[in-house]
Amino acid sequence: MSKLYTGAEIVFKCLEDQEVEYIFGYPGGAVLPIYDELKNHSSIKHILVRHEQGAGHAAEGYARSSGKPGVVLVTSGPGATNVVTALTDAYMDSIPLVCISGQVPTHLIGTDAFQECDTTGITRPCTKHNWLVKDIKELPKVMHEAFKVATTGRPGPVLIDIPKDIQFAKTNYTKFKKEKKLNGKIHNKFSENEINQLIDLISKAKKPVVYTGGGVINSGPQASETLKEFVRLIGFPITSTLQGLGAFPGDDNQFIGMLGMHGTYEANNAMHDCDLLINIGARFDDRITGKIDEFSPKSKKVHIDIDPSSINKIIKVDLAIVGDVNEVIKSAIKKINKKQNGLKDSNKQRISKWWEQIQKWRTKDSLGFINSDKEIKPQHAVKRLYELTKNQDTFITTEVGQHQMWAAQHYKFNKPNRWMTSGGLGTMGYGLPAAVGVQIAHPDKLVIDIAGEASVLMTIQEMSTAVQYNLPIKIFILNNQYMGMVRQWQELLHEKNYSESYSEALPDFVKLAEAYGCKGIKADNPDELDDKIKEMIDYNGPVIFDCHVDPNENCFPMIPSGKPHNQMILGPNDKEENKITGKGKSLV
Amino acid sequence: MSSPKSAYSIPTKKGKLDTHIFVVWVDNESGVLARVVGLFSGRGYNIESLAVAEVDATKNISRITIVTTGTPQVIDQIKLQLKKLVPVHKVADFKREDKNVIFKEMALLKIVAQKKKIDKCLKECKKFNPVILDKTNKSVVVQITALRREIDKMSKKLKPLGLTSTSRTGAIAMTRGAQTFK
Repeated sequence: MSKLYTGAEIVFKCLEDQEVEYIFGYPGGAVLPIYDELKNHSSIKHILVRHEQGAGHAAEGYARSSGKPGVVLVTSGPGATNVVTALTDAYMDSIPLVCISGQVPTHLIGTDAFQECDTTGITRPCTKHNWLVKDIKELPKVMHEAFKVATTGRPGPVLIDIPKDIQFAKTNYTKFKKEKKLNGKIHNKFSENEINQLIDLISKAKKPVVYTGGGVINSGPQASETLKEFVRLIGFPITSTLQGLGAFPGDDNQFIGMLGMHGTYEANNAMHDCDLLINIGARFDDRITGKIDEFSPKSKKVHIDIDPSSINKIIKVDLAIVGDVNEVIKSAIKKINKKQNGLKDSNKQRISKWWEQIQKWRTKDSLGFINSDKEIKPQHAVKRLYELTKNQDTFITTEVGQHQMWAAQHYKFNKPNRWMTSGGLGTMGYGLPAAVGVQIAHPDKLVIDIAGEASVLMTIQEMSTAVQYNLPIKIFILNNQYMGMVRQWQELLHEKNYSESYSEALPDFVKLAEAYGCKGIKADNPDELDDKIKEMIDYNGPVIFDCHVDPNENCFPMIPSGKPHNQMILGPNDKEENKITGKGKSLV
Repeated sequence: MSSPKSAYSIPTKKGKLDTHIFVVWVDNESGVLARVVGLFSGRGYNIESLAVAEVDATKNISRITIVTTGTPQVIDQIKLQLKKLVPVHKVADFKREDKNVIFKEMALLKIVAQKKKIDKCLKECKKFNPVILDKTNKSVVVQITALRREIDKMSKKLKPLGLTSTSRTGAIAMTRGAQTFK
């Protein structure tokens, strides 16, 4: 008979077979057997966080920046409930996570035992799938299936709940072989006919736009290369969702900026006026579409997505191609190249007028702002940060709010997997632990969390994790003392009733940094900003940078609620400011 | 949601609602019904009736029949979302008006009344394959099989005649003819 292994050993055998290098976790009573086993597996390093939500976000940052699944290990009860926010976040943004949670012993399940909760019940709606392992013989199969479900098709989080007695119980283990076969839940069987239809639409379009999303990132770095080739070949303007930034170079002339609620004037107008819209790996989120009835009214719509349930969920499309983004565009490129080269040239002629129109929209300079020499403008701070870091391979995470939008607008990403942000769920407190995970995956790279002072306080305890593992993450706080996006909505929509959006008592972030054993830097004057940013970058260790910015700055442009893309509110720099703002206000 | 001050869009006018019957083949494992039902409640889909039982003991397959209403877009979503669930093998979706599909629901009716009224009740049930399962001087338990709306009608009709309890299975469905749903 072959050797018998305990459940805890099997957990690690599976993790080893899945080539897991890092797990993010926090011990507790119901996972102690697994923690006990940790010492015997030197290829797997455990990162001890300070809160299970931090473990989840760190694993998300790790996964998003490396393309590998993030692994989380938590205890039963509060350990599991604390990780729910991160699981939901990963579910919304399609991030592959495998969460292993301890559970009370099987005979105590259902008795309201100490630290018991219905973990699989609680996490059912926020995972792709979850398992409660009640039989040790099931454990190896479940572990490997969990990785498969998390990483294939549209990626997402999964959870395996392992009762303590199962962690002790013994069974045998046969080495895992990666299957090539797809499990029937993955759809990558698009037809040649669909590609032909796509090419036909491309060759006829006069006012086309390509709109890409996080699906391109999830399809792997190769997909971004393919996308570049495709977009340059057809010569169309390209815009991206928040999650898709970096898939196409942000400083390329064909890139017309991010679209949506805080997208550029040219991107949103192009979406509204286009006659062909090619959605690649995005999901027509409500922050993107604005008013559904008036969304891109004159266009033929194409949707390329790996998840069949994304098709026609919000916007009816004329051509749906279900498949992996990289595969679909690769075959499209092949087809175009096979056809006579004439297509390319005639295409560019046909859409030259459209490009002229886009140039006109561009002259609005919708991301412009009035700079100041007395106060640091938050947009200016992000721009300087970009200028001073663009020469090295920099990874940016963010929290959620105004600073997130300014980062998306003013920081230009040229490569995929360099931008980690909570888009779907909008989780304040995401950025700091995500930066921890990113730095773990890329120890020699510059990792910056562009943060707001309100968001960062939600998971500030993870600075302690950063210090413990010598992770030189930089927390760049745009400190305006407000929950800025809340304040902005209150200003524009709720008659300036700033209800509970001002933080009366903020910590001294420099002292806070010192308390955690890292470096604190404070800047409140535009003249000193560059030097201090350089000081932050040059410091070999974690830094909290407290950047005091104008508290009254708003994030523009903006599509007010219930409005279509062509009815944006522009910033104060725009000449027609009063007219548009006044009109905008009565509309919202 | 509908407030003009909301950060979300204002709902647009609803399309016409259709009644559909979904048949879902799932692995008969713990929690699978919760996954299916949770999908409906979580995404705001409606369940009018639900019938579930294991149909293949060797392969551990259960068959879930769900009657639901929704706009064509919602019906499409339900189907695609169901197919994404890991323990779901296949999903069939039938319009209630579909002539190629048989829909049936069973009901147990308890009537407590005098003999005259009981006889009248049984006469009313005649069209729906009545089976008398229990009979006393004052009561009868009768089993009928019929369409949902027929049973609705019967309930209404039998109330004044002494119908005291009704127990219904929810609709189940099967295609006509030799072929099976693949």
